[in-house]
Amino acid sequence: MSSDTLKQAPAPSSLRLVMTLAIAGLVSGIAIIGIYESTLPTITANKARELREAVFKVLPGVSRMQALVYRDGRIQAVTEPEKDEPVVYGGYDEAGDFVGYAMPGAGPGFQDTIALLYGYMPRERQVVGMEILESRETPGLGDKIYKDAEFVAEFSALSVEPEIVTVKKGTGAQPNEVDAITGATISAKAVVRIINETHVAWAEQLPAPGTEPPLAGESTDDGATP
Amino acid sequence: MKERRDPDLLLFHAPLLRQGMTTPKAMRDVIIALMPATGASLWFFGLSAVLVIGSSIAGAVLAEWLFADRASRGESLRDATGILTGLLLGLTLPPGLPMWMAFLGGFVGIALGKVIWGGLGHNLFNPALLGRAFLLATFPIAMTTWVPAGPEGGFFSAYAGNLALPFMQVQVDGVSSATPLGLFKFEQEATPLTGLMFGRIGGSLGETSGLLLLLGGIYLWLRRDLDWRIPVSILGTVIVFSAILGFFDAERFPTPMFSLFSGGLMLGAIYMATDPVTSPVTPRGAWFFGIGTGLLVMLIRVFGGLPEGVMYAILLMNAATPLIDRYTQPRVFGHGVEKKS
Amino acid sequence: MKKNESYEEFVKGIWRDNPVFAQVLGMCPMLAVTNSAINAIAMGMASMFVLVGSSFLVSIFRNVIPKQVRISCFIIIIATFVTIADYTLLALVPKVHKELGAFIPLIVANCLILGRQEAFASRYPTRLAVMDALGMAGGFLLALFSLGAVREILGDGALFGVRIFSENFEPWIVMILPPGGFLTLGVILLFFNWFKYKKDEFLADVAEAERSGN
Repeated sequence: MSSDTLKQAPAPSSLRLVMTLAIAGLVSGIAIIGIYESTLPTITANKARELREAVFKVLPGVSRMQALVYRDGRIQAVTEPEKDEPVVYGGYDEAGDFVGYAMPGAGPGFQDTIALLYGYMPRERQVVGMEILESRETPGLGDKIYKDAEFVAEFSALSVEPEIVTVKKGTGAQPNEVDAITGATISAKAVVRIINETHVAWAEQLPAPGTEPPLAGESTDDGATP
Repeated sequence: MKERRDPDLLLFHAPLLRQGMTTPKAMRDVIIALMPATGASLWFFGLSAVLVIGSSIAGAVLAEWLFADRASRGESLRDATGILTGLLLGLTLPPGLPMWMAFLGGFVGIALGKVIWGGLGHNLFNPALLGRAFLLATFPIAMTTWVPAGPEGGFFSAYAGNLALPFMQVQVDGVSSATPLGLFKFEQEATPLTGLMFGRIGGSLGETSGLLLLLGGIYLWLRRDLDWRIPVSILGTVIVFSAILGFFDAERFPTPMFSLFSGGLMLGAIYMATDPVTSPVTPRGAWFFGIGTGLLVMLIRVFGGLPEGVMYAILLMNAATPLIDRYTQPRVFGHGVEKKS
Repeated sequence: MKKNESYEEFVKGIWRDNPVFAQVLGMCPMLAVTNSAINAIAMGMASMFVLVGSSFLVSIFRNVIPKQVRISCFIIIIATFVTIADYTLLALVPKVHKELGAFIPLIVANCLILGRQEAFASRYPTRLAVMDALGMAGGFLLALFSLGAVREILGDGALFGVRIFSENFEPWIVMILPPGGFLTLGVILLFFNWFKYKKDEFLADVAEAERSGN
C-alpha cells in the first residue's frame, strides 16, 4: 500500500520545477558574481606583478615599464592594450630614460607552444635576456631551455643581426651564435626561431633608436594595481 | 629421445607425429643463434658488454622468480624465456649504460611485459622491447648516449658509465659518438657499409654486426624455430621503401643497404618481431605483420623525430597482432560459406 | 550508536570503499595532475571543498528539490562550488592554478562528486551526508597524494619540492609524464587488490578454523 502511494505520488507542477531551477540558478549566479568581484583585484594584481618581474628580469637596470603598441603608424604608450593586440613593453631606468624593449614572443616548441619574453636593446641591436613564460617541453630534456643556466646565459649579449643561429654545443664563438642543448636540439632551436621571428615582425615598426616614446606619467610605475 | 616429454600426457587424435619441439628447446635455439652477435659485442665493447647484458638477464630472471607462484617457480626458470628476454634486452642497450638501469629494464620487461599478462604465452607485447621502451622513456639521456666501440683500456676495462651507483647519474662525461642512423639524420653523414656489416661502429651492444645477426637467423630458419615470412617481409619492405625514396632524392634518403644494416633492424626483424607469442599465427597474417613493421620503421626513421624506429614499429605491430589474427583466420572446412536458415 | 554510524560513514570512504582504489572513480584528475605531491594535494583539497559543500547543500534541500530536476540542481550546486574553488585558487596560489590548469573546472565532471549526491547526500540526513563526503574526499585526497608522492620522488628525486636524494639522482622522467600516472596507478591498484585478497583469504581461514573447532 505504502509503496503504491509512493509510486502514485502526483508529479509536481511544471511551475514548481521551473521555480526550483530558477532559484538555484539565481543563488548560484549571485555566489559566482560575489566570488568573481572579490578575487578579481588580487588576480589582476598577480598577473601584473608577474609581468613586471619578467620584464625587469630580461632587461637589466630597468625599474619602470609601460606597454607600447603600434597604432596609426607609430609606436605609442598605452595603459591597457586591447585584447589580442601585439604589444611590447618599454623598460625605463630610475631617471625615466629609455633602456630597452621587453618583447613577448610565442611559437611551436617540441610539444606545445613556447611563450617567452626577451629583452632587446635597440641601440646595441642585442638581446640582453630571455625568460620562458610558458612551455610544456619534456621534463629533464626540453625544459633545459629555462632550467639550464648556461643556455639562458647565452641570451645575455646576443646579436640579432644577422639572425641568431643555433650551433652545436661548445662551438658558439660569433656574437650571433647560441650553443644548442645536448639532447634538446629541437626545443633550443624553437626558442631561437621564436626570437628571430618576433624580431623580424617588429623590426619595421620600432622607432629609430633615441626616438622611443617617453615614460608616460607616474601611473604606469605601479602597473595595474588599483 | 632423452628429452623430458612435455607435456607428459598426450591426448590427441591420430595420426600422431612426435616432434622434439618444446618451449625450452626453442628458447635454447634462439639463445644459441644469438651467441655470435653476443660474442661480437664482447669483442667490440669488452667487459662492458658482460656487465650490461649480465645485469639485464639478472633483472629479468629475478622478476621471473619473484612473481612465479610456488608451484611453477622452477618451471618458469627452466624454460629459459627469462634469460632470453634479458639477453635480447641487453643486446639493445647502449654499452655505456649504468648496470642498475639494465637491471631495472630486465625486471620491468618481465614484470610488466609478461607476468602481469598471465605469464608465458599471454603477453601482447614483446617483453624485451617493452623493457627497452620503459628505459628509453625513463632515462632518455642515458639511453641515447653512445660510446665508440672499444673501451680505452682494452678488453678488461669497462666504460665508466656502467659502474654508476644505483639511482645515481653517470658522473663522467666520457667520449661519446653517434650511431650511424643518428649521424645520417642529424649530420647528413653516411657510414661505410663494411663498418655496418661487421660492427665496429657506435650503437647498441648487439645491433652493430649485421652479418652475425643474419647468420643466427639462418641457423634459426634451418632449425625451423622461426617464421621466415616475418623477417623476409620486414627486410623486403625496408629495401623497397628506401629504394623508392632513393628514386626521388638519393641525397636526402638512405640507400637500401644502409637502411638494412644500420640500427636495430636486423636484431629486431630476426629475433624480436618473430617472437611466436606476439606475432600473428597465420601465414597471411605474418606477411601483413612484417610489411606493417617495415613500413613503420621507415616512416619513423625518415619522417619522424627519432633516428631509430624499430622498437616502436614492432611494439605497435604487436598491438595489432590480435586484430591481424582475427582477420586472417583461415576458414574452417564446411563453415562460413553460407548461412543455413 | 549514532556516533558509530557517522564514524562508519567516514571511514568507509577512506579505505574500504575508497573512491579510487576500490571504486576506480575520478580517474581524469587522478592521472592528469599527480605529477607532484603539491599538485595532488591542491587538487584533492579543491575536490574536497566541492564535495563537502555540495553534499551539505544537497542534503539540506533533499526534501525540497523535486525528483524530476534533481540532477540539474546537483550540477548547479556543484558548478557553483567549482567556480568558487577556481577563482580562489587563482587569486591565492596562481602558480598551483597554472599547473592544474583546465582540471579545476573539470572537477564538475568528476563522477565521484555527482555520484555521492545521487547515491548518498540526497537520501540521508545532513550530518551523515557531510561525514560521507568528508570520508570520500579524504580517500580521494589520500589516493591522489600517494600517487603524487611516488611520482615526484621517482620522477624528480624530491617530495614537496625538497630534494631527498643527493644531487646525482637520476630522475625517472617517465614518472612525471602521463604514462607514469598509468604505471603508478596500476601498481598501486595491484597492491591494494593483493592486500584485499590476502585479507579475505586470512578471514576465510579464520572462519574455517572456528568452524572445525566447534
